[in-house]
Amino acid sequence: MNAFLKSTGAIIWKDIKTEWRTRENLSAMLVFSLLVILIFNFALELDLRAQESLAGGVLWATFIFAGTIGLNRSMAVEKDRGCLDGLLLAPVDRSAIFVGKTIGNLFFMLVVEAIVLPLFSFLYGISLFQPGFLGVVLLGSIGYSAVGTLLATMVVQTRTRDILLPILLFPLTLPVVIAAVKASQGFIQLVPFEEISVWVNILIAYDLIFLSVAIMVFDYILEE
Amino acid sequence: MITVKKLVKRFGPITVLRELDFNVNSGEFVALLGPNGAGKTTLLRILSSLMRPSSGFVQVASYRLPSQGASLRAKLGVVSHQPLLYGDLTAAENLKFFSKLYSIEPDRIPEILDLVGLLPRRDDLVRTFSRGMQQRLAIGRAILHNPTVLLLDEPHTGLDQAAGEILDKILQEVALEGRTVVMTSHDLVRSAELASRLVLLSKGKISSSVSTAGLDPVDLIDFYKTGLEGGRS
Amino acid sequence: MLEKPRLLTALDILSGLMVLIAAGLVFYYAPVEQMMGQVQKVFYFHVATAWVGMLGFMAAGVAGVQYLRTDNEKWDIAGLGSVEISLVFFMVAIIMGSIWARPIWNTWWTWDPRLTTAAIVELIYAAYLLLRSGLDDPGKRARFSAIYAIFGFFSVPLTFISIRLLRTIHPVVIGGAEAASQGGFNMDDPMKTAFFFSLAAFSVFFADLLWHRIRLGKLQSEVNTLRIQSYEKES
Repeated sequence: MNAFLKSTGAIIWKDIKTEWRTRENLSAMLVFSLLVILIFNFALELDLRAQESLAGGVLWATFIFAGTIGLNRSMAVEKDRGCLDGLLLAPVDRSAIFVGKTIGNLFFMLVVEAIVLPLFSFLYGISLFQPGFLGVVLLGSIGYSAVGTLLATMVVQTRTRDILLPILLFPLTLPVVIAAVKASQGFIQLVPFEEISVWVNILIAYDLIFLSVAIMVFDYILEE
Repeated sequence: MITVKKLVKRFGPITVLRELDFNVNSGEFVALLGPNGAGKTTLLRILSSLMRPSSGFVQVASYRLPSQGASLRAKLGVVSHQPLLYGDLTAAENLKFFSKLYSIEPDRIPEILDLVGLLPRRDDLVRTFSRGMQQRLAIGRAILHNPTVLLLDEPHTGLDQAAGEILDKILQEVALEGRTVVMTSHDLVRSAELASRLVLLSKGKISSSVSTAGLDPVDLIDFYKTGLEGGRS
Repeated sequence: MLEKPRLLTALDILSGLMVLIAAGLVFYYAPVEQMMGQVQKVFYFHVATAWVGMLGFMAAGVAGVQYLRTDNEKWDIAGLGSVEISLVFFMVAIIMGSIWARPIWNTWWTWDPRLTTAAIVELIYAAYLLLRSGLDDPGKRARFSAIYAIFGFFSVPLTFISIRLLRTIHPVVIGGAEAASQGGFNMDDPMKTAFFFSLAAFSVFFADLLWHRIRLGKLQSEVNTLRIQSYEKES
């Protein structure tokens, strides 16, 4: 167990350190998020009243798209220099690789969200700083990163690498999108918790189910 | 140290290794030669536990593969033709990362860096290293945890004369420490200088094997050509 | 060469007969519905084909687990076959639904839960096929498809529940009280017979097609192997 935690920790540290050196991935995700929000601004012609009811949807669409970029690059780095082999040759549990990469990807997603949310608040004058809302952002990001990391590990081994990830990922993460948007909207518009709880439950159920399935199945993705 | 019996590896309808037998004794330095597509890299990947055999008996350092792959990895060092290093980390950080994965203390890192002649560059990003330097660091990474078996897949690929010579020197030192080494290569002469035995892999099977003690360079080409014809059955 | 098993021929005949009988029941035995008229008869085959469409992802998920456990190629072909067949059947169901919806609801499409989930499942099927086309190594292709099918198996019900919790205008046919006002209807006995028989007929049809598809896959494999062997003999 100790070795597991140690290797997972090492992988997370390595990912954060390499990313921090160049910050390429983070900047790409950030700029892309802002562009998406900009596009939505014009595409939906968000007026003052409509904004509040659409905020949840716009935010999650942004996170989903930006997340894809982060996921793709994170796994591409491992594949291109053969580093994935380096990880596989070490005496670490395969699931440690999965958990480590997922937490790393989750971390980057949260960093981008931490920058985008205040900005969005500022641009649209909507307060987003309630614990309920932030909790939903966390739960949704966890589910998305877990399934995303697993699929990215698969996709990086195909020929059609870049375009395939969104195609595979989006249909499977719809429960996250639906539940997260409804729950986010609920918290923003101060709907009573009893009405929001069902969506939060769906998010928790999704995270639990998919994390377990992913850990069980990850070995098969790496074997030859 | 390495025992392989009737190893078969198939990729769908294509059979790459056909009931291959292969043996390496402890402390030997074996050079595995053969034309492209013969299956050298496949064999090495199976021995390093990265690939599962379709059928057959494989045992490395008394660990059965693929079932005991996890235990084997702690005793195995691998150098591929890709460096397996993170370009955005320094040399020292790369070794620190891998020492954590192999659960060993980082105190050997300066010693290893010195052995491969990279101590002055320890805090430089690997991205800035030449190919030769990256390969040297890759060897450092491979011996960090003091493995009993070292597998090298065409390590001289892309190296110029000088870098190749430096690599050879390191390999000879490393082999002298009693490790068992298997190296695939296209370079007949170099292999004869480094290895104690030459083995020829052709069309998915070992077709011939010869000790390098007292071997003439002229015999080398002969050995290679006849070995290939032998495989053509 | 694999000989066509006699059981398969029997299944061919059985499924053909059942579909014919189902058609007969639908057009001649079941009464014409009061409010909607003839167009309502689309319903029997519509639900049956939609049912087969859903079978696909469930069967693929199960086949996926079995493939990972046994490493036997036939499970991979079974998964692929289920997806291919269900992709087509669901498409047929959606089109039939559109044909029904146009005169009744005055629209070709709505975003209600069942229909939306159907569209999502179709997209998952398409994604599955795209994943396969991007992989050349047969072992990897089979493993990755199996994993994706397993993920789909868990994801689709969750998606459906989520969308259902939004709202629905899709007719609740089995026992809905306000059925007529939503465009639904209650079924009397001859209708029930036609309905359940159609379901059964199409399920048998699905099994028949799947068996054929698995045979086809196995034959393809054999041809590939023979071809590679002949190349090797030449060189």
